Formats: sequence, structure tokens, C-alpha cells
Amino acid sequence: MSKPDEVVDEVRILVPSGMLGAGFDVAAVERGLALGADVIAVDGGSTDSGPYYLGSGKPKTAAAAVSRDLRILLGAAATARIPLIVGSCGTSGTDSGVDWVAKMVDDIIAEDGLDLAVATIHAEQTAASLVEHLDAGRVHPLAPMGELRAETLESCTHIVAMMGHEPIVAALQGGADVVLAGRATDTAVAAAYPLMMGMPAGPTWHASKIVECGGQCTTNPRSGSVFATIDRTGFVIESLDESVSCTPHSVAAHMLYETANPFRMREPAGTLDVTDAVYTALDDRRVRVEGSRFEIADQHTVKLEGSRITGYETMSFTAIRDPLILKDIEGWAEFLRQVLTGRVTQTLGLEPADYAFDIRLYGHNAVLGHLDPATTPAREVGVMLLVQAADQETATAIAKVANPLMLHLPAVDMAYLPSLAFATSPAETERGAAYEFVLNHVVDTDTPTSMFRTSIRKAAAHV
Amino acid sequence: MSDTARPTLGDLALEVRSKNAGPFWVTVELFMRDDAGYAIVADEEFLNESVVARLYDVPADGVQIFRIPSLHVVKISYPRPISQGSLLDRDIHAGQHHVPLAVLVP
Repeated sequence: MSKPDEVVDEVRILVPSGMLGAGFDVAAVERGLALGADVIAVDGGSTDSGPYYLGSGKPKTAAAAVSRDLRILLGAAATARIPLIVGSCGTSGTDSGVDWVAKMVDDIIAEDGLDLAVATIHAEQTAASLVEHLDAGRVHPLAPMGELRAETLESCTHIVAMMGHEPIVAALQGGADVVLAGRATDTAVAAAYPLMMGMPAGPTWHASKIVECGGQCTTNPRSGSVFATIDRTGFVIESLDESVSCTPHSVAAHMLYETANPFRMREPAGTLDVTDAVYTALDDRRVRVEGSRFEIADQHTVKLEGSRITGYETMSFTAIRDPLILKDIEGWAEFLRQVLTGRVTQTLGLEPADYAFDIRLYGHNAVLGHLDPATTPAREVGVMLLVQAADQETATAIAKVANPLMLHLPAVDMAYLPSLAFATSPAETERGAAYEFVLNHVVDTDTPTSMFRTSIRKAAAHV
Repeated sequence: MSDTARPTLGDLALEVRSKNAGPFWVTVELFMRDDAGYAIVADEEFLNESVVARLYDVPADGVQIFRIPSLHVVKISYPRPISQGSLLDRDIHAGQHHVPLAVLVP
């Protein structure tokens, strides 16, 4: 492995996929090693699938899929003597997510007899510690959120701070071969090693943004493994599948992906600005990028993510094929709403303020609701009733009160009771706790590493 | 869907897509085929903050529009009006919210 004090002219990053557990071809990793990879970096998480994963501290990915990817990457790191960095372990980067991945790594290291030192970086925060920052005026909202209140912090089931590259660099400098980071920016995972080796910040952060979703920056996004070579004046990006190309358009367009602003991206240490970046085809499958800038911020900040329980949900699903009801499906849904509300008061003694439900007409306008531009009638409509209440029993009781209505409720002008098509028996499915994201705030940090807890250990190498 | 033969933005574009940009923003992108297609969607008389506000029932002052001629792209971002994963959220990744824009007829 390269030493931190060694002067290098370029750093080569192997990104096997956009997400640990998504899978990749072993051949792509072998090709990356053959190209002289200096580090393997892979993201392990995202908020994109919703607040459940952070709120519950549970991963989105299957353990078997994560373990399969880890075994290949740990083997590659040990063989090539290069570091492996995993960010946002366990989807949301909670302490439980880091520990979940660390246990798999320990098992693989023991089973395969690898000689690797493993660092874990925990990123979870207590509400009490953040209230101190809040009281000291060190917490600031990001648009579109307002000022934070202590009660909001205290209502969260889990809060993570999103690390930049600094805690990862510190772990590498502390002797880690494998770094398992809690919540980290998608880019920090790839940026840490080149920054440690003295590569310039503009090209490093820009390259890290381009590779963070794997094959998204190529002409075939289904091919996930990519390779970036960062040097003193820019970087080169290519796919690790020889049949797949990066073009100036595919690379530049990736700055649009999942960003609100495609030109400027804030990181804990500063802001990447790609306004003046120039994308040039080196050949038919490699692109060189120059002109990316990184502006160091006056104040280093770390972003918070928090999720809390909003209630408990029960879902029921029926379907309608009869054109006599479908001709005014919105009228039928409104009738269901009225009758159900009355029956819930009558049977459970609950007022509308005590609970909530959503009637979704799949096949009609469930996805876009009142924004839907289409007016054509549906051939069939799936009716999802999603009920939310303060506890699971109440949510399920409301869904059960709805059951005879979702079976027999007629159209308003019908003189008989139809029978509708339940999809399953029982019709109701308990969904457990429902969550929401409530934090979009940053903390002014004392030091870039002060909110993160690192431990490095040599796993049992010989069994 | 237009009831005339005139093409929609979706017909004219290579791709129209939408996605979350973090839990609190939605971003929608029109990838046009060429300069002529780009000129249509970059026209501020045709597509502006007020039009986006009407299509998505959001306040116009929160809408951001980026016009990127080098990519033939117009990118639109706005604060997510319904909290991600909440009871009323029917599109967790906001991946189908390009449609109201795609069916516009220039």
C-alpha cells in the first residue's frame, strides 16, 4: 500500500458498483486491479428509499448480497495490498448498520484467512449532544427547512451526522486497510484516499461525484463498475466493462443526477464548483475532465439526518373491474371516504383528527393524484387503503371496519351491492411503524472528526 | 396525452426523468435531442417558474430552473411538497413525477 508521505502523480480509484450489495462482475474488479487501482471505494447507503431505514436502523440490502460483494472486495484489497473503503454502512449509516457490515467483514476475514486491519467509524449522534450544539447556536437549517427545535431532535429514533473525507483519512493514516464508515457523503468515500495522497481537491471531488453511482455516468448504466484516475490537473473516467463507454455527455450529465443544483455541491469541507469543467473524449470509451474547482468553506459543517415515528400503518387492497363503478371511480372513492369516516366514529369512537387514511386508485391516478394530466378511463383500478393511527391495533381496527366497504360498497347510483376483488386474504397487512425525515440541518464542527468515533483493530487473521 | 397530432415534450426529448434530490427536493430533467429541441424548452416564455408551479402545485418562488445548452438539458428543482415516505407520498423516489412536464405540448 502507498504510504501517506509518498509523493504520487496520480491516484486510481476502483468503484465496483453504486451500492454495496448491488452486485458486480468479478471480471470488472480484476480489470480494475490490472489497471493499477490504488483504492477500492463503494457506497453502502442512501436516503433515497425513504425514512424507514434510518428510523428503524435496518438495512435495505440483503445480508447475502452484501456479504457476497464484501468477500470479493476484501479478497481484492488483500491481494493488491490496497485499501477498501465502504461508506454509509447498512443503508443509513447508523451504528447498527456499521456493526452489521463489520460482523460480516470479520467473518469473511476469519474464513478466508486475510491479513487486514479494520476500522469502524460510528456516526450516530445523541439528541442531548446535538441540543448542546443547538443551544450554542451552532446548528443551521438548509432550504427548505426552518430553524430546529430541541423537541424535534428528541423525537428522532436515530440521528446520524454525515462525515466528510477527514475521519476516513484519519482511519487510513491510523493503519486501517479496511474502513467501514457510518453515514458519509456519497463522494467522501472515493475522495478520502486521493486527498490523503495529495491530489488536488477540485478534480478529486468532481471525480468522486461522477463515480458515486457506479455505471450511471456511462452509456450503459446497468454496467456498474467504473474507474477514475485523478492527477494534478484533472481526472479520467472509464467503465470497467470493455464494451461500455463513457462519453463527454454521459459524464457531464451525471452531475444532474439526484442533485438540486448541478453546478455546485456542498461537502463538509467546502463546495465543489463544476461550472467551468471541460469534458473531452480521450478515445471512444474514456473521458478526461479538467477545470473543476473546490472552494474551502470558512466554517466546516456536518449535515444531520434524523428520522422519527409518525404512527403505525395498516394497508388493505381491493380491485374493481366493473365499468359501472369505474365510470365515476372518484365519486366511488369519495363515497368510501365518507362512509368509512362515519363507520369509524360509530364503531371505534374515533374522530378524524385521531387517525388518517389515504385512498389510492391504482390504474386511475394513484401516482400523481390531482397533478395527473390524463383523463382516459381505466380498464381496472386497484384500490389501496393506507391507514395511519397512533398504534398498530387502532390502524388495523380501522382497516377492518373498512373491509366490508372495500368488498361491497356500491357506486352512489347503484341499486344493488357489488362484490369487489380483494387481492389477498386477509385483506389487511400490518406495516408497523411509519417514519419521516425531520432534519435537514448542519452543525458547525470543532474539528472535522470531532463528531465521529473511530476504532481500528486487527481481525483474527488465522483460524 | 394530447388529443391532437402535435408532439409533446416527451416525444421531442431523448428522455424526461424525475427523481428525489435528497429527501426534501425533487428534480426533473428534460434531455433534448439537439439545439432545436433545446431552444423550445429553454424558452422562458414557454417554460418558467410559474408554469412549473402550476404543473406541480408548488410555490413558484421555490422553483429553480437550470438551462444547460452544452447538454441540451433543462433541469428543474423544487422542494418536495409531500414528505418522503409519509402517508400521502405515493412516489417514494419521485421517479414518476416527470409526466406532467412530459405531456406539455409546445
